[in-house]
Amino acid sequence: MQPVELPDKIHVGPVIDPGHSLASVSDKVAGIVLKRKITLGWVFGLLISFAILQNLMAGATWLLIKGVGVWGINIPIGWGFAIINFVWWIGIGHAGTLISAILLLLNQSWRNAINRFAEAMTLFAVMCAGMFPVLHTGRPWLAYWLLPIPNTMGMWPQFRSPLLWDVFAVSTYLTISAVFWFVGLIPDLATLRDSAKSPVSRAIYGMLAMGWRNSARHWQRYEKASLLLAGLATPLVVSVHTVVSFDFAVSIIPGWHTTIFPPYFVAGAIYSGFAMVLTLMIPVRRFYGLDDIITLRHLNNMAKVTLATALIVGYGYTMEAFFGYFSADTYERFMIWNRMTGPYAIFYWCLILCNIITPQFLWSKKIRTSPGILWIISIIVNIGMWLERFVIVVTSLHRDFLPSSWGYYAPTVWDWAVYTGTIGLFMTLIFLFVRVLPMITIFELRMLLPSASVKEPVAQ
Amino acid sequence: MDLPQVKVNKASAMSEQSNSLNLEVIQNRLEQAKGAGYWRSLDELFSTEGFRDYLHREFPRQASEWIDDDGRRNFLKIMGASLALAGLSACTKQPEEYIMPYVQAPEKLVNGKPLFYATAFPVSGVANPVLVETHEFRPTKVEGNPEHPASLGSADVPTQASVLGLYDPDRLQTVNYIGEIRTYTSFLSEFLQILAKQKAKNGAGIRILTETVTSPTLYSQLQEALKAYPGAKWYQWEPTGHGRRNGAQFAFGQYLNPVYKFAEAEVVLSIDSNFLANGPGGVRYARDFASKRTLRDGAMEQSRFYAVESSPSSTGVKADHRLSVKPSEIPAFVRNLAAALSGGGTGSSKFMQVLVKDLQAAKGKSIVIAGDDQSPEVHAVVHYINQVLENNGKTVVFTAALDQKPVDQWADLNSLAQDLRSGQVDVLLILGGNPVYSAPPEMNLRGLIQMAKTRVRLGLYDDETSEVCQWIIPEAHAFEMWSDAPAYDGTISIIQPLIAPLYGGKSAHDVLAAFTENPDMSGYTTLRNFWKARHTGSDFETWWKRSIHDGFVKDSALPAVSVTARLIPAAAAVGGSGYEISFHSDPYVLDGRYANNAWLQELPRPITRLTWDNAVVVSPKTAAELKVENDDRVEITANGKSIKGSIYILPGQPDGSIDISLGYGRTRSGRAGNGAGFSGYTLRSASNPYFATGAKVVSVGEKFRLAPVQHHFAMEGREPIKAGTLEEYKKDPYFAQKESETAPKGLTILPSDWEYKGYAWGMAIDLTSCNGCNACVVACQAENNIAVVGKEQVLNTREMHWIRIDRYYSGSENDPDMFFQPVGCHHCENAPCEIVCPVAATVHDSEGLNNMVYNRCVGTRYCSNNCPYKVRRFNFLLYTDWETESLKLQRNPDVSVRSRGVMEKCTYCVQRINYAKITAEKEDRRVKDGEIVPACAATCPSQAIVFGDLNDPKSKVSLAKREKTNYSLLGELNTRPRTTYLAEIRNPNPELAKQEAGRKES
Repeated sequence: MQPVELPDKIHVGPVIDPGHSLASVSDKVAGIVLKRKITLGWVFGLLISFAILQNLMAGATWLLIKGVGVWGINIPIGWGFAIINFVWWIGIGHAGTLISAILLLLNQSWRNAINRFAEAMTLFAVMCAGMFPVLHTGRPWLAYWLLPIPNTMGMWPQFRSPLLWDVFAVSTYLTISAVFWFVGLIPDLATLRDSAKSPVSRAIYGMLAMGWRNSARHWQRYEKASLLLAGLATPLVVSVHTVVSFDFAVSIIPGWHTTIFPPYFVAGAIYSGFAMVLTLMIPVRRFYGLDDIITLRHLNNMAKVTLATALIVGYGYTMEAFFGYFSADTYERFMIWNRMTGPYAIFYWCLILCNIITPQFLWSKKIRTSPGILWIISIIVNIGMWLERFVIVVTSLHRDFLPSSWGYYAPTVWDWAVYTGTIGLFMTLIFLFVRVLPMITIFELRMLLPSASVKEPVAQ
Repeated sequence: MDLPQVKVNKASAMSEQSNSLNLEVIQNRLEQAKGAGYWRSLDELFSTEGFRDYLHREFPRQASEWIDDDGRRNFLKIMGASLALAGLSACTKQPEEYIMPYVQAPEKLVNGKPLFYATAFPVSGVANPVLVETHEFRPTKVEGNPEHPASLGSADVPTQASVLGLYDPDRLQTVNYIGEIRTYTSFLSEFLQILAKQKAKNGAGIRILTETVTSPTLYSQLQEALKAYPGAKWYQWEPTGHGRRNGAQFAFGQYLNPVYKFAEAEVVLSIDSNFLANGPGGVRYARDFASKRTLRDGAMEQSRFYAVESSPSSTGVKADHRLSVKPSEIPAFVRNLAAALSGGGTGSSKFMQVLVKDLQAAKGKSIVIAGDDQSPEVHAVVHYINQVLENNGKTVVFTAALDQKPVDQWADLNSLAQDLRSGQVDVLLILGGNPVYSAPPEMNLRGLIQMAKTRVRLGLYDDETSEVCQWIIPEAHAFEMWSDAPAYDGTISIIQPLIAPLYGGKSAHDVLAAFTENPDMSGYTTLRNFWKARHTGSDFETWWKRSIHDGFVKDSALPAVSVTARLIPAAAAVGGSGYEISFHSDPYVLDGRYANNAWLQELPRPITRLTWDNAVVVSPKTAAELKVENDDRVEITANGKSIKGSIYILPGQPDGSIDISLGYGRTRSGRAGNGAGFSGYTLRSASNPYFATGAKVVSVGEKFRLAPVQHHFAMEGREPIKAGTLEEYKKDPYFAQKESETAPKGLTILPSDWEYKGYAWGMAIDLTSCNGCNACVVACQAENNIAVVGKEQVLNTREMHWIRIDRYYSGSENDPDMFFQPVGCHHCENAPCEIVCPVAATVHDSEGLNNMVYNRCVGTRYCSNNCPYKVRRFNFLLYTDWETESLKLQRNPDVSVRSRGVMEKCTYCVQRINYAKITAEKEDRRVKDGEIVPACAATCPSQAIVFGDLNDPKSKVSLAKREKTNYSLLGELNTRPRTTYLAEIRNPNPELAKQEAGRKES
């Protein structure tokens, strides 16, 4: 693949710092896995993450013993943290596919340094997300009834329900993401196999490398498979969150029943996904001294995508409010007014602050290239996107059509346990990932080096 | 393959074996048990080790199948199939269950078909005539007795909930002597010795304390006892209802029972009365009153209803004009009214002038009725007013008192206290009631009772009174005993048992038999002997059987008496600074007697919508004055005593006055009633128990959360309830339909509407008739096995009621209009719940029902989120009690008991629909109109709910839906609900011009 270098003046530095050779890149990235000693910081981080993961253990166990009533949900607010977190995690998962598939098709070579990590993040986020729809059902042991499995009852699922579409959308997304990720790992696993010293690692990486011998035929097939998977994954970037937004848009509840949801959800998902990549990459880059591989240019580019999606999301919020007003419908008008001034108004205004006001700092190139500030902004955006889902789910449900059934929602300790538990799971998986697999695609990185540019004879 | 067939055959074959000695023993045992006891004996028998042994020895499984060739083949086939199926069902161990036949089938019992028995449920001695549905001799549901004039098929809230009281696991279960379990026989032998000693002193040491006695049999027993022990004394005490009893005495010089004829009243004035919901005849009054208010079937006129109230009641808020006054102002109000009516001026206020004019215009066709919690003086003046208005003998008829021996019960209680204090009492027999809880605390009845040497108590619970007694005898529930009681008009009901006493309970008849020659005489014999002696004519047996069968004695209503009321001189006005307190019996737990009934505790109060607690009810202005908010705990001091309770702010409550519901603050009622609320009896003084003045209210500075099921009462500019005045209705009868926007049917991308060719079920609810009594809610709970969730869950709005009665305000905060709206599942034709369920657990059927398939539900709750009416209820936790044995007996076998994680909702009582359909199919005909009555519609005292087939143009529901006031709730969403409402029409006096413009605003 030809890296297309655009004029340097619109970029902040190169995508890989000068001074790297093919060997040094391989050594550096593979070395993190193979040679680097287990540091106290890593152990500490893993232990903390693992400890937080126990919240999920406790929360899910208690939930399965007692029922979903241990959460704060009620009538009228039938969905609470579970669905908020589900949408939030799915959204976070979007950056991976976008980076690996769409940017690959668009030939954005700067993605090479971050796509492996972003894809891993996607997988882990989707795993966290996938847990919620199952746990949130009243009878999780029967949740498999949502799958179209032939059965003695002669029952199909109900195909008109957006929840069923979710099942297909999310499971497809998880499958494609996992396959794409693994296929991309194969050449690097072979590199690890070849450089590993211990027989155990050699055997494991060897098995996972599936006999990769670096032959031209392998590469040719690999490239074809990557392109095909990228082609398959690209519509998924749009479809998954579109389908997730249908959970709301298809209903008749004011605040949910709106046609702007699909594009607004997709933009929001990419927004939160990029924010999460920044949140994770900035510390990793620092702890593992990868400043020369994940350069300021990467951060700058990701910050730009974040800003662009922030603007789309902001447009969505504005339109939502405008539609509410312009519909002249009692319920719609009340809904938007209730969001802004009702009991949950503080969440709405925090959301505006986090998701619309804060990213405006990203117009400044200086901020875009200051990892510390960027990191803080990315965390604020993550919080903001969580609030967005809270506002959509809770404020729409808590005051719908009949004032007599209006209610309030407050999460319980078990809501928090399961939510923080999935964060623990996510972090644990990330910690393990950075130790056992190359977090950066070595072979793609090598392509970025000037020495990789083979001057082919131009056919005349 | 016919698996169950084989099992049943096997079982019936077993009963044919009759040559075994063991079987004879079993048969003998079963023969000894009779009637309702039969069922219990059978069950007990099954659980004995010997019987199981017998089964296994006598009848090896499938043994007879081998002898018969067909059977053997069949058996092998089944075995094959079973093996195959065993593989499929290997993961779930099915519980072992037996199908057993009756050795001697009880008469008329067809398993699976309910039997209905007529009886009565007495409340404060007044019979509520009922038909009790029994399944295999378990009472499961109460319906009104359609033939009885007091019910006409309807029942009120406490009556509907009575069946849970029967199975209450907290009931007293054994005879106790100072904490030791004894038998009734041991009690009897000891008690007879005590009586023998008393005989020497003519029984001078015996005191009997009962509740109000209306049972003729019980009264004759008491008289007999008093004759045998002339020195003994009998007292009656109940904490409420004195005003009604003593008021007649004040006005007429004799105790009388007023019977009102609301069906003939053009103008009604309620003086703090909740006559549509509580008190004698409430069910009949609600129906009669509604008949003069509803505009169904072409009626164009309504009666006019005024209410003067010290706190909003469900009856009062239905008034065309409601005047909110402090409790101390009510006596003055009725006196002024009496004066104005008898020609002494026209009254000062505009309200009074208009009222007087209306009442005078309707002489002989009006009713003035005083509330049960009003003083005798108010009642007496009201009787006088009715006389001035020439109503007495026309719309208000007086009969002899229902009490067998009407007395001033306050005087009785004082005499008892006196006797106890002077140490004269050797034996105190307390039959029912709970005087230790309900007597004024300054009397120290708790301490005084312990001065009696022998204290015997017959009670349903080990309650506050039982605590201080030595002998505690479990009382039989009304559904476990023989007795008799008069209805509001004196019609006598014979009370028959529906089940053998669950805990060996005794009735007062049984206990009083101890005073006679024959201390073991059963209640049944006593009752029968009494009526036999009374009966004139030779056909006693026929008469007796007919009376038991019908549930009442034909033509036994008390005759009207002609009396003249006098205007009693005014008592000194009670005044004083500070806040006033009005005391009202709770509409559900009444004086506290049903405090342990969880259905009643969780049933939202009509006005406050509170569950599980009573509250310190104040007006918004008073709350501002006191600087308190909802749930703030305050300390109220009055009459030198104080209590603590939570504030509940209620617009419509008079400023400067606090309303307290009696019946709470029980300490030994059982798991449901203990710790619920605070006791208003603490604050009542014996001198003026009807209200208190000069109360001080201080905020304690803590919060105690109350659990209302509704938090928003304003309509927020929406119009869930459409209401208008009679004038508006006459001008534009279609006003309710014009205001709403409904999507035209053609606007759909779907090919065409489904055509309902068979039945199309639908419901109409008349908001003019509905008086928010909540009887439908508790009837639905009993019929549909709806779980109680407890206060904690209600606080998180997780109550499970399938139908709820929304209550809205309109108008100003100080004097709002209030409206009720029953809301159950609307069975929308375009049901939003159905399309979002991912597993097709909620589906439409060919008759338009929106069915909920519990077994299919995985519990995503998406359907509930998408329901605009929010009528779906979710089992967030395991709400159904699967453990308590006695509660299992109550459940309706025709309705699935739901477990955790499943959505549920109103089904239009699909079990009743199918029952009627099957019956009709067998008879090769269509279901007739009125054949299917859902539980809510059946019990509705005001007949506000109509159900039936929309495909039958002549059905009642079709006619109701063709009414001009018919409208769909949230029809603009194009849900096309099958339940529609008839707009509420009120008939305000144009002269009072009570800010009509404000009525429709929120």
